[in-house]
Amino acid sequence: MNQKIIYFDNAATTRVSPKVFKSMMPFFQNSYGNPSTIYSLGREARQAIEKAREKIANSINADKEEIFFTGSGTESDNWAIKGIAYANRKKGSHIITTNIEHHAILNTCKNLERNGFEVTYVPVKKNGIVETKDILSAIRKDTILISVMYANNEIGTIQPIEEIGKIANEKKILFHTDAVQAYGNIMIDVKKLNVDLLTISAHKINGPKGVGALFIKKGTNIDSLIDGGGQEKFHRAGTENVAGIVGFGTAAELTIKNISKKRKYLEELRELTIEEIIKKIPDTIVNGDRIKRLPGNVNVCFKYIEGESILLLLDQLGICASSGSACTSGSLEPSHVLLALGLPHEIAHGSLRLSFSLENTKEEVEFLLKNLPPIIERLRHMSPLYPKTKY
Amino acid sequence: MEEYSQKVMDHFMNPRNVGSIENPDGVGEVGNPRCGDIMRIYLKIENDVITDIKFQTFGCGAAVATSSMITEMVKGENIEEALKISNQNVAEALGGLPPVKMHCSNLAAQALKAAIDNYLKNENKK
Repeated sequence: MNQKIIYFDNAATTRVSPKVFKSMMPFFQNSYGNPSTIYSLGREARQAIEKAREKIANSINADKEEIFFTGSGTESDNWAIKGIAYANRKKGSHIITTNIEHHAILNTCKNLERNGFEVTYVPVKKNGIVETKDILSAIRKDTILISVMYANNEIGTIQPIEEIGKIANEKKILFHTDAVQAYGNIMIDVKKLNVDLLTISAHKINGPKGVGALFIKKGTNIDSLIDGGGQEKFHRAGTENVAGIVGFGTAAELTIKNISKKRKYLEELRELTIEEIIKKIPDTIVNGDRIKRLPGNVNVCFKYIEGESILLLLDQLGICASSGSACTSGSLEPSHVLLALGLPHEIAHGSLRLSFSLENTKEEVEFLLKNLPPIIERLRHMSPLYPKTKY
Repeated sequence: MEEYSQKVMDHFMNPRNVGSIENPDGVGEVGNPRCGDIMRIYLKIENDVITDIKFQTFGCGAAVATSSMITEMVKGENIEEALKISNQNVAEALGGLPPVKMHCSNLAAQALKAAIDNYLKNENKK
C-alpha cells in the first residue's frame, strides 16, 4: 500500500532525524573500535562518546561526569529505583511515587515490594497532577527515595517537579524524576529542579532506539544494575552502543536548539485539535489538565466506544495514533493513568492519544479532524451502550 | 502487535447484520464494561429456525468481527444446531484470532446462547 502515513504517535517513538542518522553512520563501519581499547580506532569511538556525554550534560545543565548511558529509559528507571533502594537500605526501606507513573517505574516498585521494600503510590487529582502536599504527607522517617515523573506519557500532564525537589532536598530524601516525555519539550535544569536522578531517552527526541541515560548527581550513593566490565566508570557494564550514543548526543543538541519553536508550533496543533474535536464530537472528555500539559499531547475519551476499534479505522486512513484501552495496553484493564483520573472503565476504554512533532502539518491535523467524527459516529452506532442506537 | 487475519479485518470493516430487531423473539447480552467488550444479539425465530439476527457490539476489532461472523454462521439455522457453535468455532471461521484475544473478545457464541435461552424462556411463558 502506497498510502501516505500520518504519524501522530510521537510519544511512543519518533523518526530518527537525518542529521542524527548521518552522525551515527561512521560508527558502524569506519570508527567501529571498542571504546575501551587503546589504539586509534578505539580512541575515536571513546572521544565520540565523551562528546555526546557533554552534549547531553549541557542539555540539562548537568556536569559531564553526572551522565551515564544505558540501553533505554526503562533501564535508567530500573537503575535509579533499584540502585538507590539497595544502596540505601540501611537508612530505610520506604519509597514514594505516584499512581500514574510509567510501568518502568511501577513494575520496578512492585519488584521492590516483593523484596521487602514499602512503596506509597500517591494518587493524582482529577486533572492528572499530583499535589506537592500529598507527597509531603506521604514522607516517613524511613523514606529513602521519591520518584515522580516529569510529564505523563499518556495524558501529558506536567508534575510540580521543582516544588517536590525543594521538599525532598529539605528532608534530605533522594529524588528521581522520569523525564523521558518532558525531555525535548520542556527546558530541563537539574540544578534548579533539585533532582538527584533523572531519566531520559534518545528515541523520543528523534534519536535512535536502544539508548537512554541516567543523570546521577555527584556524590549520590547508588548500586549498579548491570555488573561486568569497567564501562561508565564501573557503574554500567557492557560495551557501549557507540553509534546510538553519538546519535543521542546529536539529537539532544538539535532538540534543545529548537525547543521554543517546537513548543509554540505543537501547542498550536494541540489546541486546534482539542477545540475542534470537542466542537465536532459530542460526549467527548479531554483527559488531563488543559494548561499544564505537554505541548504536543492530545488525549480524549469518546463515550460508548472502544479504543482499538478507533485505531484500526484510523489506520485504514494511514493515521498512526494510540489508545489506553485494555486491548491496546495488552492487559485486561484499561490504562491505569485514565483510571487514576477517576474515569469509569467503559469510558477509559474509549481513549485516543495523539502526540505531535515538528514534522506534522496543519493539513494532516485537518485531515484527521475531517475523518475522525464519522469514525466515532460509525462505532457508536454499532455500540449497545450508545443511547441513540435504536433498540 | 500481532496482526488480525484478512477475514477478521473484512468483518470488522464491513460488519454483517449490525443493528437491532424490533419485537425480537430473543435478546442476549454478555461481557462487561470492565474488560471492554459487550455484545448484544437480537433474534427472530420461526419454527425454531433463526430467520433474522442482528448484533450490537462495544469492543475491539476482534469483538466486532466475531459478532459479525456468528450472525452469518447461524442465519437460517435451527436453534439446536446454532447452540452447538462454540467460541472456538467462531475464531476458526475467522481464520484464527491473536492469542490475547481468544478469551476477552471471543464471546459471540455466548451472546448467541444467551439470546436463544431468552427466546426459550419467552416460549415457555406463552
